Order: sequence, then C-alpha cells, then structure tokens
Amino acid sequence: MLTPEERQEIEAELAHYPNKQSVCIDAMQIVQRHRGWISDESLKDLAEFLGMSTEDLDGVATFYNLIFRRPVGRHVIMVCDSVSCWIMGYEQLREQLSKRLGVKMGETTADGRFTLLPIVCLGTCDRAPAMMVDGDLHRDLDPQKLDGILEQYQ
Amino acid sequence: MEKPLTQKIRTDGEVVDVAAYEQAGGYQALRKALKLAPKEIMEMVKQSNLRGRGGAGFPTGMKWSFVPMGADAPRPKYIVCNGDEMEPGTFKDRLLLEGDPHELIEGMILAAFAIEAEVGYIFLRGEYKLSGERMGRAIQEARQRGYLGKSILGSERSLEMYVHMSAGRYMCGEETGLLNALEGKRGNPRAKPPFPQVSGLWGKPTIVQNVETLCNLPHIIQNGPEWFKGLSKTADGGTKLYGASGKVKRPGLWELPLGTTVREILEEHAGGMQDGLKFRGLLPGGASTDFLVEEHLDVKMDFTEVQKAGSRMGTGTMIVLDDATCPVGMVWNLERFFSQESCGWCTPCWSGLNWAARMLEALEEGRGDLSHLDKLAYITRFVAPGNTYCALAPGAAEPLQSGLKYFREDFERHITEKRCPWRH
Ligand SMILES: Cc1cc2nc3c(=O)[nH]c(=O)nc-3n(C[C@H](O)[C@H](O)[C@H](O)COP(=O)(O)O)c2cc1C
Ligand code: SF4
Repeated sequence: MLTPEERQEIEAELAHYPNKQSVCIDAMQIVQRHRGWISDESLKDLAEFLGMSTEDLDGVATFYNLIFRRPVGRHVIMVCDSVSCWIMGYEQLREQLSKRLGVKMGETTADGRFTLLPIVCLGTCDRAPAMMVDGDLHRDLDPQKLDGILEQYQ
Repeated sequence: MEKPLTQKIRTDGEVVDVAAYEQAGGYQALRKALKLAPKEIMEMVKQSNLRGRGGAGFPTGMKWSFVPMGADAPRPKYIVCNGDEMEPGTFKDRLLLEGDPHELIEGMILAAFAIEAEVGYIFLRGEYKLSGERMGRAIQEARQRGYLGKSILGSERSLEMYVHMSAGRYMCGEETGLLNALEGKRGNPRAKPPFPQVSGLWGKPTIVQNVETLCNLPHIIQNGPEWFKGLSKTADGGTKLYGASGKVKRPGLWELPLGTTVREILEEHAGGMQDGLKFRGLLPGGASTDFLVEEHLDVKMDFTEVQKAGSRMGTGTMIVLDDATCPVGMVWNLERFFSQESCGWCTPCWSGLNWAARMLEALEEGRGDLSHLDKLAYITRFVAPGNTYCALAPGAAEPLQSGLKYFREDFERHITEKRCPWRH
C-alpha cells in the first residue's frame, strides 16, 4: 500500500503531465526515497495506482540506473567509473573503498550500512575522481579524504 | 572579451536569484520579444547562426522552422530542455543550471514564443539534484513575477514550465529517447520521420534543445544577431563553454569565442599537461568523438573545422590523454560505457559494442592477438551511421576507430608483450 505521504507526492507530480503513465518514473523515485528500493510489492501497488501492468512498469524500472529493484544499504555510494575519473584514479579509489568496506561493487556491507555501486560520468570531470553518497556529491577525492567522508554516513 | 553566458554566474557557487538576474538586465529580452511576432524571433535566431550545443550542431533557427504554425497547428506544443548531460567528460550544462537558472528559463520562454509552445519541460538527469532544486525554485520565482504561467506580463502568451528528474540512462539524452522517458516509458529511440518538431511529446509538435543552446537566446534577442556573430572567431555564432579534464594542470570550464584553437584551450586555459607528463591525444567533445593528436592542436574548435580534422566538436569539453595513461585501457573504458548504456534495440549496437568491449578487455589483460585488431576495426564499420537505429553506436565507434589509428603501436605492444605495459 502506498502511504498517504507517498500518494500526495505522486499526485503533486501528476499535475505536470497529461496522463498517469508519464508520472511513473517520478513515482518510483518517490517511493524509493521513502523505502530505499522498489520491492515487488511496491511495484504492484504503484502499477495499480498508475493504471499500468506490473510487467510494463518493471520494464521501465529496470531500464533506469537509479531505480533499485533490489534492497540497498542505509547509504548508497555511487562511484563514477567513466573516462575522466578513470584517468584520474578511479581504480585506486574503488580498491580503497572495497578494502575499507569489505565489499565488492554491487554488494552491501554485512551491517547494512553501505551499498557500493558504480555510476556513469557524474558531470564533474574537472574535479575527478568523484562519487555520490545518497545524492551528495564528493569530488577531488584522494585516500586521505575518504575516511572523513564515510564517517558522515552512519 | 564578452562572456554573455556566464557573466552573471557567481564565483562562490551561490545561485543568481531572480532579483539579481533582473538587476543584471535579465528578462529584458522577454519584454522585447513580447512585441515581436514568432516569425521575427525565429528569423533573428536564424540570422545569428546559432548551432545546437548538445553535440550535433544543428542550426537552431532551422530546426524551429519545421514546427507547424498558425491556428490549425496541433496543440499543445512543447519546448523541452535537454539537461541529461551524461556524455562522459561533459560537465558544462551543470554550470549553467546551477549558476544561472533564470537565463535558461528566459531562453526557454523565448523559444516557446517562437514556436508558440504552451508547455515546457526541463529534463534533468537524476544525479543533478542541486540543478533540480535550483531550477524548481527559479520557476516559482519567475511565476511570481509574471514571467511564467497564464498571460505572461499581461500579454496573450502563456507558458507552463516543469522540471522532470530522470532516473539515469545515457540514451535518455538522445532526443527521441528523451521523449519516451518523459512519457514514462523505456528510453528507446523513436523512428524518424516523423520528426519531433511535427510529432513529438504525446504526438504533439516538440522542440528539444540543449541547455547551453537555450541560454544563448536571451542574449541574441537582446543584442541582435550581428552582435552574436561578432562574438565568434568563425562562421558559427556566439561563444562556447569549453572544458578540459584529465591530467592537465588546471582542469576546468571556460567561456571563449567559438573557434578558439585546441592549443589555446589546452595550453593557456588548462595550463598544459601536469609536470612530468606528455600529451598523447584528446577527445575534443566528450566520449563519442574521435581522438585528435599533436598535429591537430591548431585546429579551431568549431563545428566545421574539427570535422575537417576527422573528429567532431561534440560538447566542446575535451578529455586529455597523457603518456602515463594506457590508450587501450582508455578505449576499453569508453567502449564498456557505450556497451552498458546501449538500449538494446538493435543488434549491431548491443552485440557489436559488447563484443568490442570484451576484446578490449582481453587486449588489456594480455590475452589479445592481432586478429582482435581487425575485428575491432570491423565493428566500427558494422555500427556506422545507417546501420543502427540511433547515433549512440556510431558515436561509440569514433574513439575506437581513431584510437586504433593513432595508437596502433600501443595496441600491438599489448599483444607482443602479453600484458599492459602501463600496469607493471
Ligand atoms: C546517445 C545520445 C545521447 C545524447 N545526450 C545528450 C545530452 O545529454 N544532452 C544534449 O543536449 N544532447 C544530447 N544528445 C543530442 C540530442 O539528441 C539532440 O541532438 C540535442 O539535444 C539537440 O539540442 P541542440 O540542437 O540544442 O544541440 C544525445 C544524443 C545521443 C545520440
Ligand atoms: S544504436 Fe544502440 S542505443 Fe541506439 S537504438 Fe540501437 S541499440 Fe539502442
């Protein structure tokens, strides 16, 4: 079931489009903001609300990088693995993160605190390497900075 | 030197709000345009030689001229701002979105007047959260001042404007993929014709325009096409946001006259290579452009000259390769990106790019042989324009074909030494 709050946020978006399906990406992002990810159950509820089939909505969900169809940790780290960051030290950054957190790309730490994911170019190439944690951008990364940044996310 | 696009942007990272924008002469072009017929606005933009800044360089005024006009035209018509900016190495639209949102809004209003659109969407990639917040607030401010909404400044023209936060996929930047994404579908491209100008969003006439393209419009309307042409060093009008990333001394973004040379951008503005490193080559305008090398440094960065040198200006933000970075590894990184972002609609793209990425991986890991180089060259022809549904795959071929050409020796060393010479 969608919560009243989720419903209200989705309805506010509905006013911007001529039909219900158009709002489905916004709707999934809204639910994901509240619940962390889109479970099968959320998908079904949303599809019903939007008048779409669950299969169609899942087709949309799985097309987009930022819709999570599997559970994630409390904080999601997305590390840019595109070309400018790669030149500026992405591989070292990835190794360091993996070591510190004890997980590989695509995995969640045992305590459920972090999920580590790759992301395409974040559009901040003059300040590479870069990553996003829960939507906050961190740039000009180096090994010294990393600990302090992770500390901010408990 | 005039920098119309970025002159108002604050150096402290704060946003230019509506009051500051007005104080600097903002929304005067809108007032002027209220007295102009749509045709006159379109004509000024045609005269200015403004070409699209999203990568393809299509003349903006000409694009608008295909929109059905007059009382019988289908309605509503839409103006869509393309703020997807997912082309690797590209970070120019972010500056405009975060720094001066009203410039973009005014530009969209002017484009809307020219084609008589009544609804506008600003399509942003999901990761551009700050852009989304600032654009949303600026739309509200503009509405409060009567620049948006019903009967703009008491006139007969109206325009609603909304922000759409996408959920990430490079394909959504392709204009028809973007339209599908806005309609809440998978971002696969659409067949053309019909072109979006005739049948776009929900089947209605639609113009899709890059952020930087739209931000030029207030200045063109305010100061006239001749002034705009005068800003440039070439036939295409205006300034350009150029950028550089990679191991240069001062990576960054600079607004410069269109037609500034590659050398000036690289050596003067980016400060040249970091100490101890040598220049090997660069992608002039994002991941989907062919490499340029030493012999091309004096090429002017505009749509025509870069093409003559065998590449494209693309987004104008260059990615620089140094001699301590492996060219094969770089091309592998690029092809992995394209292969991952392929929407899967047509076989040459999803299958060919995946194959290319796997061969590059083999080469980089010392498992390659000479036949791989022929197969890679074959793939670049296999995904050439005309063989695929959209321009993603031909774009992917560009750094690969030119990489094979300019860095052939480096590719061969990976084969003869059975390892990446840069990794040991
Ligand atoms: C795969 C792909 C991705 C693209 N991404 C973008 C983008 O992020 N931003 C953009 O403005 N144009 C992008 N384009 C170009 C658009 O299709 C379109 O040409 C452009 O938005 C038109 O605007 P302009 O005429 O103002 O340049 C992309 C094209 C392709 C093929
Ligand atoms: S070229 Fe690639 S991205 Fe474009 S339609 Fe074909 S499969 Fe999709």
